[in-house]
Amino acid sequence: MYTEKVIEHFRHPHNQGKLPDYTAVGKVGNIVCGDVMWLYIKVEQDTSGREVIADISWETFGCTAAIATSSMVSDIAKGKTIEEAIAITNKDVADELGGLPPVKLHCSALAADALNEAIYNYLVAAGRDIPPALARRHAHIAAEMNTLEQRYAAFLETQEAAHGEGG
Amino acid sequence: MIELAEHIYLDNSATTAVALEVMAAMQPYFSVVYGNASSLHGFGRDARRAVENARAQIAETLGVQPEEIFFTSGATEANNLAIKGLAAANPEKRHVITTKIEHHAVLHPCAWLQTQGYDVTYLDVDAYGRVDPEAVRAAIRDDTLLVSVMAGNNEIGTIEPIARIGEICHERGVRFHTDAVQAYGKIPLPLEVIDLLSVSAHKLNGPKGVGFLYVRRGIKLTPLLHGGGHERGLRSGTENTPGIVGMAAAAQLAMSEQDEVVPRLREFRDRLIAEISKLPGTKLNGHPKESLPHITNFSFAGIEGESLVMRLDEHGIATSTGSACSSPNLEPSHVLQAIKVPLSMAHGSLRISTGRDTTAEQIATFLAVLPQVVADLRAISPFKVGE
Repeated sequence: MYTEKVIEHFRHPHNQGKLPDYTAVGKVGNIVCGDVMWLYIKVEQDTSGREVIADISWETFGCTAAIATSSMVSDIAKGKTIEEAIAITNKDVADELGGLPPVKLHCSALAADALNEAIYNYLVAAGRDIPPALARRHAHIAAEMNTLEQRYAAFLETQEAAHGEGG
Repeated sequence: MIELAEHIYLDNSATTAVALEVMAAMQPYFSVVYGNASSLHGFGRDARRAVENARAQIAETLGVQPEEIFFTSGATEANNLAIKGLAAANPEKRHVITTKIEHHAVLHPCAWLQTQGYDVTYLDVDAYGRVDPEAVRAAIRDDTLLVSVMAGNNEIGTIEPIARIGEICHERGVRFHTDAVQAYGKIPLPLEVIDLLSVSAHKLNGPKGVGFLYVRRGIKLTPLLHGGGHERGLRSGTENTPGIVGMAAAAQLAMSEQDEVVPRLREFRDRLIAEISKLPGTKLNGHPKESLPHITNFSFAGIEGESLVMRLDEHGIATSTGSACSSPNLEPSHVLQAIKVPLSMAHGSLRISTGRDTTAEQIATFLAVLPQVVADLRAISPFKVGE
């Protein structure tokens, strides 16, 4: 069901963990749907004065595909300029992995979303202008999260009634 | 990483290895006794004898009559035949009662009946997955056709109080069906109160593609498959002689070994529960004692079930999960939802199911590998456990 590349990244993921000196973090996904990805970036200026993602890492709760896409997006984004990193899409992530089963494509979207959110948060904190495409994607990600949370709200209520805070 | 000399199969609730003695029993029926059991000649008569002998052997394991056993392609067909066949034969009754934790081979025929205008009541279960027999009584109406409650759950192993439920159904004149796929050969079944019972061969070291439905004498069912009128008109299609012979051999083997195998599997289960419970952030899904001997289901906080299955697979250990990540709606299994496992835990479920070939050494190896795999996955998870 998974390509060899997916299995390889799952077995030996790159850049996992939490950067001790990260500049920004992007947090996407929701425990209710079984995938959560936190992506950390460290932004530095290179010798020609351009801002680059000097280091990157992630922490992921999720399936084989979620872990493999986390690993892959970190490989793709590492060393890229902010402009280049913004252009990374979920299709890039899935393609680099040799494809994903259709039911798992949302995992590659999550990886690209996490990168998007980390860059968005970096730019906001630095007081920069937000490129319109990045702002649109941020709004879209937030809206999707909202929809998911609403969809599960009723179920979560029944859970809280039964278990308090839960596990 | 722990090096393994062999693969460890702990997914016996999914399917089992065909026992060597079962394969040996089936062998002649492929190319020596290959006749059609309906043919008049000697080839056919030999096949017929084998099929009827198998029917008698299976009936004996349940203490019922051979003519109450109907061979099918498996338990999915047996469940469909029981539910839809009973409905079609009794069109005046339009209500069915089942539970929220049935196998899809019961839930989906029930859902299909709803599309045909039937009412279906899906009963809740308690935190262990048990149905309250009094809830069954309360749900029965004048037009209730059938109550279908599984004997033991395939995901969490919980044993249902089917003896009491069956009694209530009989008091109220309602037919009672049980899906006994996981329970048959493992625990006693109260046939005196069961009207319809489904079994599959491949869950008990028999071949895939064959099963049976027990139908209490006098109960009318409408066939799903029409054709040559096999199985006394209830299930057309040339008898799968090798499969049927293999199922009977597997049933006899399971019954003859039961006193030896079941206590061993119970010991394994107790050991799994004791050891896994020591790990931080774990929760047993299902009942600690009132359970089938071979199924143990745990949730692990902070990690997702499919990753856990895949990591264990790297170590040569086969297990399964009720996690959701492969389902399009991203919801964890309906069983874990019905017992209200918090979603954060439901996504990290692992089912360990043992069988007659499972050894104490394999359990020990699994228990040695598991903490390492859990720790690895928690190390890359944003949700830290036990820190």
